[in-house]
Amino acid sequence: MTQALDEIKIGGLGASRKRVEDNRFVRGKGNYVDDIVLPGMLHMEILRSPMAHARIRSIDTSKAWAIPGVRLVLTGEMMATRNLAWMPTLSYDTQAVLATDKVRFQGQEVACVVADDPYIAKDACEAIVVDYEPLPVIVNPRQAMAEGAPLIRDDKENQHDNVVYDWEVGDRAGTDRAFEQADLVSKLELHYPRSHPSPLECCGSIADYDRSTSKLTVYMTTQAPHIVRAAVALVAELPEHMIRIISPDLGGGFGNKVPVYPGYVISILASILLEQPVKWIEDKTGNLISTGFGRDVYLRGELALRKDGKILGVRMHTDADHGAFFSDAQPSKFKIGLMHSAFACYDVPTAHLTARGMYTNKAPGGVAYRCSFRVTEAMFFQERMVQAAADDLGMDQAEFRRLNFVRDDDFPHRTPFGFLTDSGQYGKCLDVGLEAVGYQDFLRQKEEAKKEGRLLGIGISVMTEPLGAGNSREYDILGIKMFDSAELRVHMTGKAILRTGAKSQGQGHETTWAQIVSHELGIPAEDIVVEEGDTDTAPFGMGTYASRSTPVAGAAVAMVSRKIRAKARKLAAHLLEVSEEDVEWELGRFYLRSAPDRGVTIQECAMAAYSNMPDGMEPGLENVSYYDPPNLTWPFGCYIATVEVDPETGVWDVLNMVAVDDCGVRINPMIVEGQIHGGLTEGFAKSSMQWITFDEEGNCIGSNFMDYLIPTAWETPRFELLETCVPSPHHPIGAKGVGESATVGSPAAYVNAVIDAVAHLGVRNIDMPLLPDRVWSAIQSAPSG
Amino acid sequence: MYPSRFRYEAPRSLDQAIDLLRTGGGEAKVLAGGQSLVPLLKLRFAAPELLVDINNIPGLDYHRVDPDGTIRIGALCRHADLERSTVLSSGQPTMAAAAPLIADPIVRNRGTLVGSLCHADPQGDWASVMTALGGHVVAQGADGRRSIPVAQFVTGPFQNVLAIDEIAVEAVVPAPKGTVAGGYLKLERRVGDFATAGVAVAIETSGELITRAGIGLTGVGGATIDAVDAAKALVGRPLSAESIGQAADLAAQAARPRTDHRGSAEYKRHIVHTFVVRILSRITESAERAA
Repeated sequence: MTQALDEIKIGGLGASRKRVEDNRFVRGKGNYVDDIVLPGMLHMEILRSPMAHARIRSIDTSKAWAIPGVRLVLTGEMMATRNLAWMPTLSYDTQAVLATDKVRFQGQEVACVVADDPYIAKDACEAIVVDYEPLPVIVNPRQAMAEGAPLIRDDKENQHDNVVYDWEVGDRAGTDRAFEQADLVSKLELHYPRSHPSPLECCGSIADYDRSTSKLTVYMTTQAPHIVRAAVALVAELPEHMIRIISPDLGGGFGNKVPVYPGYVISILASILLEQPVKWIEDKTGNLISTGFGRDVYLRGELALRKDGKILGVRMHTDADHGAFFSDAQPSKFKIGLMHSAFACYDVPTAHLTARGMYTNKAPGGVAYRCSFRVTEAMFFQERMVQAAADDLGMDQAEFRRLNFVRDDDFPHRTPFGFLTDSGQYGKCLDVGLEAVGYQDFLRQKEEAKKEGRLLGIGISVMTEPLGAGNSREYDILGIKMFDSAELRVHMTGKAILRTGAKSQGQGHETTWAQIVSHELGIPAEDIVVEEGDTDTAPFGMGTYASRSTPVAGAAVAMVSRKIRAKARKLAAHLLEVSEEDVEWELGRFYLRSAPDRGVTIQECAMAAYSNMPDGMEPGLENVSYYDPPNLTWPFGCYIATVEVDPETGVWDVLNMVAVDDCGVRINPMIVEGQIHGGLTEGFAKSSMQWITFDEEGNCIGSNFMDYLIPTAWETPRFELLETCVPSPHHPIGAKGVGESATVGSPAAYVNAVIDAVAHLGVRNIDMPLLPDRVWSAIQSAPSG
Repeated sequence: MYPSRFRYEAPRSLDQAIDLLRTGGGEAKVLAGGQSLVPLLKLRFAAPELLVDINNIPGLDYHRVDPDGTIRIGALCRHADLERSTVLSSGQPTMAAAAPLIADPIVRNRGTLVGSLCHADPQGDWASVMTALGGHVVAQGADGRRSIPVAQFVTGPFQNVLAIDEIAVEAVVPAPKGTVAGGYLKLERRVGDFATAGVAVAIETSGELITRAGIGLTGVGGATIDAVDAAKALVGRPLSAESIGQAADLAAQAARPRTDHRGSAEYKRHIVHTFVVRILSRITESAERAA
């Protein structure tokens, strides 16, 4: 009898295989955009506006042109002659490439210099003289809506105020009725502050236009190379087959590298004009003050409650600050993204959401940063509202949640906002977390500590979230449907190359995709090389963000492997000289049903595909699969934090952080845990220290890593990770997205814990980040503080 | 981030370095650890024409105690040397408390105490520590050396009294006359962040009585604050709840904080008060334990 393959040993599903890409990363051998040097390459630098809102009276570039080594100086006026001063955004607005009429946020691109080296380019930028006429500045939605507020987007016809959109979803009348019938209405106003994805590698590009071949090659820091190719073809009116976008190794993305930025566009134009490669590498300040940010949403939330604790209805109003241009990179038809995925894990009869978007004199964007199109805000608002409601009712936090969860046998479940959830076990997930943290015991400790004047608190956050856009019915970018792809080519010795339309930025696709192939075909993972990011070689795909790689591209990997297996089965039957129906499959091997010892391996089938195929069969063993998921995947999780607050200083320390994540079947548990560690750390950062704020003049506070804080290992708490496993009912291998889960779910746990510690003093809310001075002043101004 | 063009010199003696500074005519900067200067160069907030790197000058990387108890710290002594110093851990509690709180481990490996004093950032920790200790800076110029009390050395934000051709070569903590005690507390949003507020306290006692006291405040004014009145309130009497309370009140009054993204002025003043109380109470507690 032949020994069956051990799937874990060959690096299949469930193997905590070490990341193959780390071999080059830890040796400093990664190949990032800035590592690439092309012959004759020039360097580009962008001059950014120091003002948040100002009319440009004039730009004098003569001194810049006079510096030796300067090859090109571009202004908005010159871009306009080529119809490139403005570009479309992914949210159907327009964004200035280089400012022509006025600047609308601090850091906006005003001019650019291309020179022989980056020092000269920087010197020349400083030599450009811009005459600004300052205008009144708007730094929040309240100011934007105020009577007589200056009009930010006076470039747009028919735009007479600063409103980007006014949008609603849900059942207004039904929700009004629920509130009329409520015993109690719990209200909460919150702000989810602006944050920034801050990948360590900033954005950059090298545009290389070759006049002799008419081909434009662009090395670019992008999470979605194919979308960029489509955008360049549409905006620059270049033929699509003459554009090659290569996204090499990326030093993080977190959503920051989905949008198309002015720097990319200008470097392309500069290369076309100069017929030389032009490199643009953004510096840290440029990245922090001008590129895609996250959040910046104000909430007015209300829950209609029955006195036994049942939620009767949800009412939410959000005011989102979109900055100067509406450039959210999100594929849904919903203006506020998936904000209305809030309360998906609760059985709520009716709900209504109104959402208003506002222009302000701040950097554009809004959905970047590991949020799956505002699911992060949705779940934070949900779990803060739930805690406030439980407090208002005088009910136990856990009990109130349990009472309102969607039941395990109630799937598929239509949420009041219209999403269809397909699976979940929220009660069990909560129980696992409560047991790990020692819930009842902690509540007793908390009461004991209170007697000594010490403040302990516990915060719970439970949520299910829609991850993995799309399906093609509801999600598209510029009309392109949200499917994804995989192409698998098995060589004659049974080794293989896999290419997908996704693009890893640290997620470890080179490791995990090979594991899916290994699971489907029994080819050892180390025999499969994975390649992504080159539009000339990869199949068309929509890229990596919104935790969509595993739900969509990962599914395509499984499906293409199954196509290969189907052909290999025919080859096996031919080799075994039986009919296909008599052949059975086990991992890595076909065998004869009647004589299991007689079989052929997948590698033998691969060899036969090139050397011994049956008559009439096409040679070769390769295929491609385009996968359009039937639904989003719905991972869920429970995060519980315990904290101690120093009443004298407002400093709080995390005592314990428990995360229970259900992302279905785990391809590589180690990588999943890494994702969760990262998400919990980001949740901690946002709740404790991290924000991008602006002063009254629109100056960005948080323009470098001295002011915008990334937590270090020193203050990051210890995490305890647990799991449950409810496979996705529709994903080929039962996997669900996980990249964003902990970033989405954990902030409310930290905040709820701090609020819990001081709630008895009368504190109802403290907005993030919960800096010590905010906690201290909340205690000082509380009724019993 | 690309700095403006500058000339770079790495002399091998102090005399050469002083000569270079003189020829630089005010457009030269001394490079020691570079942990503040290099970021400023990259951001183009500083654009000196000449950098005089003193790292090749021998004999500046010491810290030692003279037989009389005077502590001397050379211009190339790194924060990390002080963090690991048995000299400080056994005899200078205020400095020993501050050393591990300076910036982060990477900065501590390169940055220097003397450089930090020269940089005169109001949020610099060492300036408050040296203020509390009544320390001074030894400056060397073409005409020889002079000694400047730290409280007079720093004249304002990022300003010191050095002449254009002078180099700060040493920081000095005078020998104590009594038993030393003290501490340093700092509130920061994250390791490596500048202080939201910091307090350095150094006292000397003879028997029960405090014979000398110094309190320096970090990050709560346009420059390091020497809380003279607060310190005076402690001298000539034993440490008590009453004197601690008075010193804390006076230190909080001496603070001139501004509201910013690190915290409100009111909060920072409150932290000064809290930290003075905490440092002095711990001294009382450990004295009680020893007794």
